Amino acid sequence: MKPTDIGAPDYFHKVVDCQWACPAHTPVPEYIRLIAAGRYDEAYLVNWVSNVFPGILGRTCDRPCEPACRRSRVEDETADGRGRKEPVAICRLKRVAADYKEDIRGLLPQPAAQKNGRRVACIGAGPASLTVARDLAPLGYEVVVYDGDRLAGGMMRTQIPKFRLPEEVIDEETGYVLDLGVEFRSGQYVSSLKELLAEGYDAVFVGSGAPRGQDLDVPGRKTAAKQIHLGIDWLANVAFGHVTSISKRVIVLGGGNTAMDCCRSARRLGGEDVKVIVRSGFEQMKASPWEKEDAMHEGIPILNNLVPKAFTHNGGRLTGVTFQKVRSVYDENGRRTLVPTGEPDPHFECDEVLVAVGQDNAFPWIERDIGIEFDKWGLPRLDERTMQSTLPQVFFGGDAAFGPKNIIWAVAHGHEAAVSIDRMLNGEEIAVRPAPTTHLVSQKMGIHAWRYDNAISVDRRLRVPLRDIGAALKNIKIEVELGFDPQLAFKEAQRCLNCDVQTVFTTRLCIECDACMDICPMDCISFTHNGDEEELRLRLHAPALNLSQDLYVSDTLKTGRLMVKDEDVCLHCGLCAERCPTGAWDMQKFLFAMTHAGAGCRTASAPHSQPAAA
Amino acid sequence: MTYLAKPKLHHPSLAKNRVGYTRRDYEGKISTLCAGCGHDSISAAIIQACWELDIEPHRVAKLSGIGCSSKTPDYFLGNSHGFNTVHGRMPSVLTGAYLANRELIYLGVSGDGDSASIGLGQFAHLMRRGVNMTYLVENNGVYGLTKGQFSATADKGSRSKKGQTNSDAPIDLVTLALFMGATYVARGFSGDKAQLVPLIRAALAHQGAAVIDILSPCIAFNNHAGSTKSYDYVREHNEAVNRLDFFPQREEITAEYGAGELVQIRQHDGSVVNLRKLHTDYDPTDRIRAMSYVQEHAARGELVTGLLYVDADAGDLHEQIGTVEQALNTLGAAELCPGSAALEKINASLR
Repeated sequence: MKPTDIGAPDYFHKVVDCQWACPAHTPVPEYIRLIAAGRYDEAYLVNWVSNVFPGILGRTCDRPCEPACRRSRVEDETADGRGRKEPVAICRLKRVAADYKEDIRGLLPQPAAQKNGRRVACIGAGPASLTVARDLAPLGYEVVVYDGDRLAGGMMRTQIPKFRLPEEVIDEETGYVLDLGVEFRSGQYVSSLKELLAEGYDAVFVGSGAPRGQDLDVPGRKTAAKQIHLGIDWLANVAFGHVTSISKRVIVLGGGNTAMDCCRSARRLGGEDVKVIVRSGFEQMKASPWEKEDAMHEGIPILNNLVPKAFTHNGGRLTGVTFQKVRSVYDENGRRTLVPTGEPDPHFECDEVLVAVGQDNAFPWIERDIGIEFDKWGLPRLDERTMQSTLPQVFFGGDAAFGPKNIIWAVAHGHEAAVSIDRMLNGEEIAVRPAPTTHLVSQKMGIHAWRYDNAISVDRRLRVPLRDIGAALKNIKIEVELGFDPQLAFKEAQRCLNCDVQTVFTTRLCIECDACMDICPMDCISFTHNGDEEELRLRLHAPALNLSQDLYVSDTLKTGRLMVKDEDVCLHCGLCAERCPTGAWDMQKFLFAMTHAGAGCRTASAPHSQPAAA
Repeated sequence: MTYLAKPKLHHPSLAKNRVGYTRRDYEGKISTLCAGCGHDSISAAIIQACWELDIEPHRVAKLSGIGCSSKTPDYFLGNSHGFNTVHGRMPSVLTGAYLANRELIYLGVSGDGDSASIGLGQFAHLMRRGVNMTYLVENNGVYGLTKGQFSATADKGSRSKKGQTNSDAPIDLVTLALFMGATYVARGFSGDKAQLVPLIRAALAHQGAAVIDILSPCIAFNNHAGSTKSYDYVREHNEAVNRLDFFPQREEITAEYGAGELVQIRQHDGSVVNLRKLHTDYDPTDRIRAMSYVQEHAARGELVTGLLYVDADAGDLHEQIGTVEQALNTLGAAELCPGSAALEKINASLR
């Protein structure tokens, strides 16, 4: 193998598994340390810069960071009865920063003193559009956000129930963006993109989401239509107070997070016998595991492997749903088919049904003759990096771009689109993307003193305290989760391994005394002769079997051997550096920041940015 | 040195041995020696060897004297018996313990000061009595605890960190052990675990007095240019006479060898030492020749390492004096004190 190039931004970035997995590349360990130190304002701002909605995401994020967390590869699952290794509760720690911060408004960017004369329209006031607005407005762009609803937030406001995400959190965080001098045209549904373009905007960003719920075309659907509702429309009606009650017996069809929101909302609006019935098996459901747990915790059974066959009714009044029992069969490509088991079709009685079986994009307001091409699924043809459509001044992001994803992806799209718009309106090639900025700084303070807490906590993942279930089910606006208090947050934050504090090796200083290899609790470090990666991985001190994790390979040492470190299960405890007599190992904090719109993203004004990799 | 205890978390593939322990179960407290000390590396080699040999930790007694090296038993085998004795007196205490209970595996850990200066006589007598034990000398050529004065194993002409030249002749513990009748004599290097771990494994299985002189550089006081016990010097002058693989009696011999003649030595307990000769003229079963070989190479500035001598049929002290097989603490009062009639009988036999 060749020596590792630790100067390449991706190398150490990949070691910070959570940040690497985050679509917006939020520097997770950095803010977790700040939370542990009680510096909530700064923790909030570190988040805000990257993901714009820390308080909202701290309650609702799909948290791709958590399955990636190194902690879930290194814990001793036999230490207690849980039997599983668990990640740091990253998402809920983020909420702590939002909950305990003081007034941070003075720390946010100010509206631009001078406009730059460029006008950008954002369609939809959801997370993607608001991210574009946040990135561009402080630079002097005149940003106009349109939304059919009266209030900003998009799906964050209409689809996420208030018992998960209180209204005031949405008001606060959408407010921070709108206060940057963004013009919000509320209640103005854009019904023609052609007309909007005619208003002379320099760029248009489409962040209109995936607003159309999929329906179920089975017998009885039309006849019993009065008691059958599309999940996302029903949630929006609940959010705006148009719907305040539901019948006692409710069936929710679908296995995604929307279905979970529907069933839990129904429980709070009068539903006493609420069931979720899903086509797939339990494990294959699209809902996040924790959302399924939350629903079951509220006494909602989830029934699997049942395909809806017909709505039964009595003279147009819904009486129940008939299902076909199936099992999942996988072919050699891993593709699933649902095969009927041949058992009798079960019938479940109910008074109302909520259909949450998927969402589609809908662009009835985009004329098909203005140069924006769509694919066969009805999605716009886009450049995946620049978010640009086939009409150069029109960009897409969020669910409107590639179909339903989640808030954090919408934010990431927004950042990219803002960079594209900023470069385009400054006459620069948008296919050239700005390099991220990285900092690598030694954390050494003294012989055994580091600027981070390197002791490894063996605590298991802490549970977020919940409101008493009786009280929680009484009022749909009462938040169920109470959030970590500062003491619990500290304990949970200490579980973070500080993966951004990197083990940096300097070949010429190493005397090959084996001290690092001997002390490493995870057997990550080996001194051995070179070879092909495949073969080398197997003959290390401990085999490096996780191929998604890199090997850190040194230059040739004095004895002709190499230092090879498997990054996979390193605890970043720094004992290798503490035991190193010559400082060949050092613990250095790697801060990785995406370059957002602004001077830094432009080639002309960013002399330090590297050209795109060849 | 670190202040943090080594985290309890471990690699997911960490294996258990036949007696149900992981390598980590053979660790001790966190070392307080200087960062990079060769002694810590030797501790790691002992941990590895004991784990590989499936030794139950409670069957080991580790004894030591005074010094940096003699502190180390605190840093390995945390669940074994231990006795940190008086300076240079580990051999007497160990001999006593061994006579009282031959069922334990005895590991003596000492250094060049503890064994070649204050404890030189003790060292010699332990060898000649053939106490069944493994004697590890963690040899760095300086008195590390008192800031780096030359010890008795420092080579003549080697320079101290402050620049003084050593004018005294060195004591070579390997030669002394051979001379005094040790039945397993080896030299290793803390920086070469591939060689050291099998040497320790074979020594622990050896039924007699086994000595390993282990070059163990002192990072703080003896790892500079001009030192003959630095990492660089030892690496440059290391002449390994053989590479060894050790197989306990129950294990099938599976190693494959490339170049070099293979010598198999079956020890008293049925275990097998496989030696691949690196020096074709070296015979590790010829004690007299071994002594001159070591000296000849030393005169050329070469440091001979590897398994230097083994007497596969070695007997031990208990055999020679015909003591009772059982540990004394398992005998009853009647056996330990047979009474005046028995004493009369013995006295009568001596008249």
